[in-house]
Order: sequence, then C-alpha cells, then structure tokens
Amino acid sequence: ELPPSHFPAARAAAVAVGYLRYLRGGPGRGLQLREVRRARRQDIEDVGHKYYLELELEDVLDKDRTVNCTAEVLYPLGSKTSAPDVQVTVQGELRDTEEADKEFYNRIRSLEKELVAENIPDSHGNVPPELEPIHLLAGVASGYVIWQNSTENTKLHLAQVKHVKQVKRSDEDLQFDYVLLLHEMVSQ
Amino acid sequence: MWALLVLIGAASVSAHLQDLSFDGQKVFRVLPQNDEQVEILNFLASIMEVDFWQPDSVTLVRPKMQVDFRVEAEKSFEVEDLLKESGMEYQVLIDNLQAAMDAQFDSKARTASHSYEKYNNWDTIAAWTADIAAQNPDLVSRSVIGETYEGRPMYLLKMGKSGPNKKAIFMDCGFHAREWISPAFCQWFVKEAVETYGKDTVMTTLLDKLDFYVLPVVNIDGYVYTWTNDRMWRKTRSKNAGSICIGTDPNRNFDAGWCTLGASKSPCASTYCGSAPESEKETKALADFIRGHLSTIKAYLTIHSYSQLLLFPYSYTYDLPPNYEELNSIARTASKELASLHNTKYTYGPGAKTIYPAAGGSDDWAYDQGIKYAFTFELRDTGRHGFLLPESQIKPTCEETLLAVKYIANYVLEHLY
Repeated sequence: ELPPSHFPAARAAAVAVGYLRYLRGGPGRGLQLREVRRARRQDIEDVGHKYYLELELEDVLDKDRTVNCTAEVLYPLGSKTSAPDVQVTVQGELRDTEEADKEFYNRIRSLEKELVAENIPDSHGNVPPELEPIHLLAGVASGYVIWQNSTENTKLHLAQVKHVKQVKRSDEDLQFDYVLLLHEMVSQ
Repeated sequence: MWALLVLIGAASVSAHLQDLSFDGQKVFRVLPQNDEQVEILNFLASIMEVDFWQPDSVTLVRPKMQVDFRVEAEKSFEVEDLLKESGMEYQVLIDNLQAAMDAQFDSKARTASHSYEKYNNWDTIAAWTADIAAQNPDLVSRSVIGETYEGRPMYLLKMGKSGPNKKAIFMDCGFHAREWISPAFCQWFVKEAVETYGKDTVMTTLLDKLDFYVLPVVNIDGYVYTWTNDRMWRKTRSKNAGSICIGTDPNRNFDAGWCTLGASKSPCASTYCGSAPESEKETKALADFIRGHLSTIKAYLTIHSYSQLLLFPYSYTYDLPPNYEELNSIARTASKELASLHNTKYTYGPGAKTIYPAAGGSDDWAYDQGIKYAFTFELRDTGRHGFLLPESQIKPTCEETLLAVKYIANYVLEHLY
C-alpha cells in the first residue's frame, strides 16, 4: 500500500492518465488527474513492479463531473527501453464529444490556409479559445509519448506546445505535426 | 511689464526645480535612547544641513522617540559613521531618495506597470521594491544582499514594525526561473502586509512582533531570461568552465549533502549542482545573509512551483529530522488552512519520501544551520498548466498560500527559540 498523494504513486498515475488520454482523448475531451484515491505496489519477481491504482479524473471541458477509473501499470524489470504495460478501466460513460469533434473538423477544413500556431499556452498561461481543441489534441499526442517513455523514476507532463503545423493532405483526414515540450519532474 | 516679471519669475522657479536633485541622499531612522544620544543628533544638526522628517525639528527630539531625517549624499557616510560609533540604533530608511522618487513616477508612467494579479518582468519588480519601501517607510525597508552573475542587485525587503530584539522569518521566491507564480506570491505577501497592517489582527501582531525578510526573486538572471529568451529556463545563467552549457540549479547548490543524490554533475543537466557548494553568486549571497543573521532568523520559507506540496527536511537523505513530528503537524495544519479557501489540495511531508531525494537544497541547508522551521512550498497547479499558470489564478493561489504562511509564521511566533 502506498500513500496515494506521494510521488511514487503519482508517477504511475501520470503514466495511466497519459495512456488514457491517448486512447480516449480528442479535440473535445481533455482528461486530467484530480486525485489518486488509492495505490498499491506489487513487486513481481523476475517481471517488474506493478502498481494498482484507483484514480479520480475530470474532463477539463466538463469539470463538474467526476470520472472514476482503475488502472494497472507494470514497469518491466531492468528494461529501460520497453514501455510500461498499462490497463485502464473507466467507470461509467465518458461525455459524448461527437458534436464538438465534428465542429472542430469542419472548422479546420474550412480554413483557407493550413493552421500554424506556437506557444500554447503562451508565457502567461493563456490559450486562445479557438486553439483549445488543438491544445487538447496535443494532450492526446503527449499522452502517447509519456506512456511510451516513462519509467518508475520519471514523472512526465506536457509543459507547452512549442509549435503546431497542419499538414496538407490529399484525402479528407486532418494531420498536425506537433513540437511538444515535456517536463520531466524528477530530474526536473 | 507685470506679465514680463511674472514670466521671468516662473522661468526661474522651474529652473530651480530642475536643478534640485536628491541623488544619493539618504534618509535615516534612529532611536535615541537617552539624552546623550539626543545630544548627538543636536550636534549633527549643528554641523550640517539635516532635514528632519519626523519630528519637524531637532528641538522636538526626545529620548525613545523615533526620528527620521534626510542628509545630503556627501554627508551620509559621515553620518553613518557617527551613528555607528555612538551605538545608537539606526537604519537606512531610504538608500537613495532620487531613486525612490523616480520609482514613484515611473510606476505610474511605465507601459508595463506593476500589478499584483499579473506576472511582472524584472524591471517592474525592481522598481516596485523601491516604490513599496518608499511608500511604507514604517514597515518596509529595502537593501541589497549581493549581485547576480550578470551584475543585477539582489533586493531584499525587510518587513515589520521597528523594534528591539526582534526575531525574523526569511522567505524567498524565484529560485527557479520558470516558476513565475513564485515571485508573484512574494509580491502579494508584501502587499498584504502593508495593506492589512493595523486592520488584520494576525498580520498586525506578526509585523509588530517579528520581522520578515522577503527576497522577491533569487535567480534574477534566470527570471529575465525566461522573459527574453526561453520561458522554460530553470537554472542560473552563469558560464560553466569547459562546457557550452549554461547555468547551475540553485536549489542543488547549497552545502547540504551537496551533489550526493538527485543532482547532476553535468553542467548541461537541469539539476546541475554547480562546481562547488555556493558556487553561484546568488546562492552565496543568500547563504551569507542567513549566516549573518542566524541568531535572529527562526524560520525559513522557500517558494517554488508546481505540484501543490508543502515539504520539509530532509531531501538529501531519507532520514527524518529531530523535530519531524512537529514539522509534520505544522505542515498538516498549514495545508488544511490553505485548502480552506478554494479547496486546493496540498500534499505534505519530508522531501525525500514525498517526492524524491535531492541534495543541495536551501531548506535542508537552512535547517542544518539551526533554523528549526524550514519549509518548501510548491504552489499551483498539479500539471494541467504547470509552469504556465494563467494570470487569472495568481490571486486565488496567493490568497490561499498566504493563509498557510500566516499560520506557519504565527506558530513560529508562539514557539520562539
């Protein structure tokens, strides 16, 4: 059993939330960790360290609602190159974002020139409202990167979108290239 | 004819005003204890021009009366020597009258004017320190404790009602350049102190009975750099011999288990511990000041961001400090006080176990110097904005943090040692 508010549990939680953002995040949904309710660590011989977590999350666009989930994060033994193994189960339904996603899609498609932006948020913490979906999309991308690059001794957060550029495509998909700044807390 | 005379009269008056300069002039505050010391002030007034601000004239000076007076720049050293020699209690209220006056005009005219609810750049903060001291001479005085690597003066504000034998609490902000909410809090604290003195009983008692040394920005060079070049810079801006990488992590640069763990020996690392403990001019200035006032400083607070934590020693080892139970209890209650305002949840505990081990921190160093109450705050938030905390959160963050700081200060006051 681990103190839920201390960093060892928080590190594993960050991985789980990153993974969840990658799976379920989007321009209309940004999942954030509110609190670690419970955390346990199991040392599995010859395998690695496994964390069992009970997490309380919220959607930044729907802050009044509580999203509960459980997660298991396994850091494989010795391996510095292998991503942690993560399982997440969300209790209940997540807010539907079909409308918001469609609106975002149409708005970008209707732009005359490909979208380009930088420094989101800016130095003073501001995100222009029209760039919020781009910011949340960055959360999806960073969620993946964080999950893939975390170890038991790192705690990664998205610090800032340095640059984002929409890539012109011949089909109807939207593509964005991001340059993201990640903050690794433990090595600061 | 009359019109001409008036015109000439007006011209000469304005010329006179332009010639008048208070550059380098000092304002002293003294507390003569007896007739002998009153006589020294009489003597001073007889051998040079002394402009008494309070009382209005030297003839009104009595023992045990607080006396403020202005002297010319060239005479100020003589005056200070005389005061030192006489043993009379004194302080320099205004170090450079012209600068204080300019700051007052500047702060209204400048385009980047100071705001407690915005992030202020260094020039604005520097001017504000002069301003706030000049406007509240009874409660605030400014001094310089050293220079940064790039030659900037490190301003320190001493807050508190003048009195004998007062103990003090030292608080610093802006160790790490990108943690902008931190200097914002130090400024907020100063504002609250001057605005609520005489109105809020807790603050009034604190300022009457204790002094607060507030260092609004420790790592000024780094802070400037986050405004001009790289918003995510953390360290100082000193050159490292034999490396193209710049800067040392000031909070790994103190002599507390220096560079043993949680710090890097590589100049390119963000937790570079420096070439030696106190290799940085900024950390040396801070340490020198604290060492020089060790008998009076009873608590040390250092403000960082982010993560919403209230930490205490040790970080350089998993060992617990002798008064662990007491520190834990203080931290628990302080966190509760903080949360009472906006429900902001803080985690508290000894550094190593609560977050991660890290040697060379200023809080551990201060503690090992004998300052029993040493705390590190990590302010809002927990990662959503991280270092880029929106300005709209400055006020609520500062308000809630102030509750915790006042609680700790009050506790220290009731447990002086």
